[in-house]
Amino acid sequence: MSMEVISPGLYTTVQDLGRYGYQRHGIIVGGAMDTLAMRMANLLVGNDPNAAVLELTLKGPVLLLHEDMLLAVCGADMQPAVDGKRIRSNRPVWVKKGSTLKFAHAKKGCRAYLAVAGGWDVPPVMGSRSTNVRAGFGGAWGRTLREKDRLQPGKPSELGRLFAEQLRARSMTQHAGCSEMGWFVPPHVFPYQKEAVIRVMRGAEFDHFTKESRQHFFAQSYQLATQSDRMGYRLEGPELALESPLELISAAVSTGTIQVPPNGQPIILLADRQTVGGYPKIGHVATVDLPILAQLRPGDRVQFQEVSLREAQQALYEQETALQQIRLGIEINAGWRQSK
Amino acid sequence: MEHVDFSPLGDSGIVIKLGDAIDQATQQKVMAIADYLEEHPLPGMVEYVPGYTTVTVYYDPVAWYDPRAADKPYERFKALLAGKLLHIRPDEQTPPRLVEIPVCYGGDFGPDLPDVAAYHGITPEEVIRIHSEQEYLVHMIGFAPGFPYLGGLDKRIATPRRQSPRTAIAPGSVGIGGEQTGVYPIESPGGWHIIGRTPERLFRPEEQPPSLLRAGDRVRFCPISQEEFEKRGRTAR
Repeated sequence: MSMEVISPGLYTTVQDLGRYGYQRHGIIVGGAMDTLAMRMANLLVGNDPNAAVLELTLKGPVLLLHEDMLLAVCGADMQPAVDGKRIRSNRPVWVKKGSTLKFAHAKKGCRAYLAVAGGWDVPPVMGSRSTNVRAGFGGAWGRTLREKDRLQPGKPSELGRLFAEQLRARSMTQHAGCSEMGWFVPPHVFPYQKEAVIRVMRGAEFDHFTKESRQHFFAQSYQLATQSDRMGYRLEGPELALESPLELISAAVSTGTIQVPPNGQPIILLADRQTVGGYPKIGHVATVDLPILAQLRPGDRVQFQEVSLREAQQALYEQETALQQIRLGIEINAGWRQSK
Repeated sequence: MEHVDFSPLGDSGIVIKLGDAIDQATQQKVMAIADYLEEHPLPGMVEYVPGYTTVTVYYDPVAWYDPRAADKPYERFKALLAGKLLHIRPDEQTPPRLVEIPVCYGGDFGPDLPDVAAYHGITPEEVIRIHSEQEYLVHMIGFAPGFPYLGGLDKRIATPRRQSPRTAIAPGSVGIGGEQTGVYPIESPGGWHIIGRTPERLFRPEEQPPSLLRAGDRVRFCPISQEEFEKRGRTAR
């Protein structure tokens, strides 16, 4: 009774929204890179937004289901198929025991999220089920998934059970190994862009950069280097230079902090970033736009657009409000709200 | 505490800056605020991270967002924080702990001890003596789980980093890199000179807190023999 990994894909990990409260002990936050797609996948199977999901990167896994499961896939398009038949993203899907769920290379985007009703049941470490690969703890055995690993779903919510029952009944009448809801989260809810425009606030050392550097930073585009991963994206583009050398005392950094090492090529710190840093901070990506970044791949380009702190916080508030409305919509679709 | 400088760190963080240099007075302010926040978590606060001269507080801007309020989350959270800081006295903090870390210097555990000695024209024994007679201050924990940024390395044994970094340094390794010294809690790459190893585990994921050391602690390294290392290693693991 579980799900078995037949082939693990490129970099597949268990993630939730991150391990907060331990940065002062040097422990990174981690968590899903695209928290919008990740939370949406959870909502679609009736989970708490923080439930553990699988994060798939560029090339997804092949999974054998040893029990019936209610699943949802959001994020990058890895063309998921159940026993060779394509299933669609952004909606609840019921899959029968004994089926093989196969993901391919991402056609669009970089990271997909696979949620199961009840969440993937791995033991929480320091209050989180996220995988800290570098320190080797959390998630499934503190590492990326491997062939023959088995993961168990947790206990589904009332809503998750309701969806599963509806879809199981439908697949019985259709004699099919899987069935999916006719309704879905419209793709425009996800702000993904190929030529991404990312909103950025000025960082503490912005004014220490040369006038030319400051102009280039917001006017030119930067390309993601190949050494871009969950720790950070290395960017290639116009060199950013300081007016004069700066000796900074190391201090806390944040997810989205854009720091500039002496080579003048910026680095955006992401989910698996270190807790402290000492390079000059030219900017910070608005939290609301981190999901867009999460779906970029090496070679893609980004353009930074300046926003104020107020604008960044307001945009985040609006995104959260929209997410709450979708959550309500999902519950109403289930006919669940009325029946309660 | 008054005359404190606040600045934003992105849209979900606020940096409380308490000084411009690494010194004892600043460290005391940092620890007084950290102690306060530990005892009195603020509403909408996610966590706090003490640094050399700063305390960074992460907050939830959505929880602090009120569409009707003229002030936005940063201003509102800052006002709350500033009000609380007025009541914090740096001299009222809990006295620092002294943590003794046993170290087996040299040999296989400290392959760079002879290089460090040669660089300064002293004997390996002198390096051990200087390294272990000093009391160090934990300024902050970072870089790796439980990794202490220690202040107080004697300049007589400060040594520039290795030309080529090692790809894997064993957990517990004690190193010197420039004017810093520290202990690698987990296997990591690194360019510091490795002079010894401790059987003590600095990162303890199963314990609460998961780090042996915390900012504000005093640390002393105590030389031990290889036999002692093996003995302690067995009981520690």
